[in-house]
Amino acid sequence: MTDRGAAPPGAQAGDGAILRIDHVTKRFGGLVAVDDVTFDVKKGEIFALIGPNGAGKTTLFNGITGIFPPTAGRIVFQGREITGAKPHQVAAFGIARTFQNIRLFEYMSSLDNVRLGQHCRMHAKLWDSLFKTPAEHREEQRVTDRAMELLQFVGIEQYTHIYARNLPYGSQRRLEIARALATNPALLLLDEPAAGFTPQEKVELMGLVHKIVDQGVTVFLIEHDMKVVMGVSRRIVVLDHGEKIAEGTPEQVRRDQRVIEAYLGTQH
Amino acid sequence: MKRLLSRLGSILERDPRKDPNAVVFLLLTFGVIAFPIAIQIVTRGSGSFLISQAADAGVYVLLAIGLNVVVGFAGLLDLGYAAFFAIGAYTYAFIASDHMEFTPIHQAIHIPFWIALLVGMFAAAGAGAILGAPTLRLRGDYLAIVTLGFGEIVPRLFRNASTWTSGVNGISALDTPALPIWLNGPWSGDAFAIVQNFKIIDPLAYYVIMAILVAISVVLVNNLRRSRMGRAWMAVREDEVAAAAMGVNTVGVKLLAFSIGAAFSGFAGTFYGAKLSLVSPENFGFTVSITILIMVVLGGMGNIPGVIVGALLIYYVIFNILPGLPQQASDFANSIGATSLNSPSGDWPGLAGEVQRLKYLIFGLILVLTMLLRPQGLLPSRQRAEELQKGVHEDTTIEDVNAEAT
Repeated sequence: MTDRGAAPPGAQAGDGAILRIDHVTKRFGGLVAVDDVTFDVKKGEIFALIGPNGAGKTTLFNGITGIFPPTAGRIVFQGREITGAKPHQVAAFGIARTFQNIRLFEYMSSLDNVRLGQHCRMHAKLWDSLFKTPAEHREEQRVTDRAMELLQFVGIEQYTHIYARNLPYGSQRRLEIARALATNPALLLLDEPAAGFTPQEKVELMGLVHKIVDQGVTVFLIEHDMKVVMGVSRRIVVLDHGEKIAEGTPEQVRRDQRVIEAYLGTQH
Repeated sequence: MKRLLSRLGSILERDPRKDPNAVVFLLLTFGVIAFPIAIQIVTRGSGSFLISQAADAGVYVLLAIGLNVVVGFAGLLDLGYAAFFAIGAYTYAFIASDHMEFTPIHQAIHIPFWIALLVGMFAAAGAGAILGAPTLRLRGDYLAIVTLGFGEIVPRLFRNASTWTSGVNGISALDTPALPIWLNGPWSGDAFAIVQNFKIIDPLAYYVIMAILVAISVVLVNNLRRSRMGRAWMAVREDEVAAAAMGVNTVGVKLLAFSIGAAFSGFAGTFYGAKLSLVSPENFGFTVSITILIMVVLGGMGNIPGVIVGALLIYYVIFNILPGLPQQASDFANSIGATSLNSPSGDWPGLAGEVQRLKYLIFGLILVLTMLLRPQGLLPSRQRAEELQKGVHEDTTIEDVNAEAT
């Protein structure tokens, strides 16, 4: 994981926030999916967003990555406002994501999936591609090498030339992470990366998340399973029905009355 | 032979013995070289018409290669592809004939063929970009409808803007392409000496030029397919949301595919106009768009050798088998002694007449049968074959992202 893009180090130098969610609201017609949510993700941390089904977690991710721009509020990444930016621009700024339901390019090999991830970091123009110029050739070589490196990093190098759809489930999730890392992000959004995993696989995945953070990438993950999150992140935000109901360390969140109610229901 | 194959393998980066595409390419190359020689031997030197027809088939091969970029690579359904073909042909008519003298410009323009090829190409690509820019934000079916409309509008425009295009009469007497001096010889209708008349008259010259243009196109498109762009097209075709989230400017790459397809169409159109020496709005209707689409789908969407074979085959069926069918049917009836079938009586127009009436039904049947027996196309791409084998993967749209929002 060399060659990391020179992302301006936490432009808002004072508080070290890499991502600032500032009073973000998302409405779908009459439904308020995300309601005036505010929090910061700090550079270099593993930050978790949890909440029961339908709490608005994925909607918030879609808002950050430009798939569904928020109705109101601001999203600031590395000191730059990115509210309303197109998905590919957001990726170019340095935010990569995975999807809750895996969205790989099924009929492309693992290698091509990861090479595709580097698309926005490549410079070959139409001319270069048409005539296979030496520069293009070198770039392809570099991109291929990097892709192999990433496949190895997430531990699925044995599937390099296999179609993504033919990979085992767990490896597909890993491939999605590799593809996201290929965009050379400063912030990685993982949408329920451990969904459908066995406890053993979950432990391995959290190991991978730690490895990613060690490379200098900030990780912001959504998780449904509280236990997974508690072990890995030091700061957690809890959403329920689109509202932020708690923020703090795992310990604080675990004891929070509203969180308990959201997960277990109100006691009568 | 074995050494030759492995040599070729290193050029193709794969072992041709394991790659059916390489075999097809090899056969095609051989066929292209052998065809004119074989024809001249078989017909004892009077095969000019067939060679000329083969050059025309080459126009369709170019069109199919171009449409394959749009449909096969990027997954955009373009039902108005003939519009760009028309734009290329008319561009050549405007800039390489006396026609402009009869328009408000009053000044004939004569641009050399080789430059006109590029002009026609860029004119069509420009039209593609102009049409694509607002419409490629649309998804799937909407795009098909818009291109369908465009395909109808363009020939109509050429027909009705008669001040400029002389309407239904079309434009005739387009300049004959001239070979560069150093390429002259008996094949261009000239003696071996450097002579004044460089005009390409011999069908063989068109054939050779066509073969070279197709070869260049194949190499370029194949390069594109294996490049950053080719991957982006494939990704967009598979999952637009995911591609965008990975940093692919989906509208941009779709626009590029669309324009490249249009460029091929314009390029082919210019060649077509030059060879026919005539353009008329009737030559660029919806049937042309559909024919090219059939070539791509039947040949094997996304696979270059596949669409070439598809184009050649469909061309052969439409322009060779079907027109000869009535005569053959009547001859056959005569040879088995059923001569009464050939005499018209009442509603029965005679076997030849009946076959004439039914020939597009027969064509339709051929298409239906081929697609039933080989839905992935004759020579499918690896992806396509697998997709159909494992069941078409569900088309996830942007709504789905939210549908599962939690």
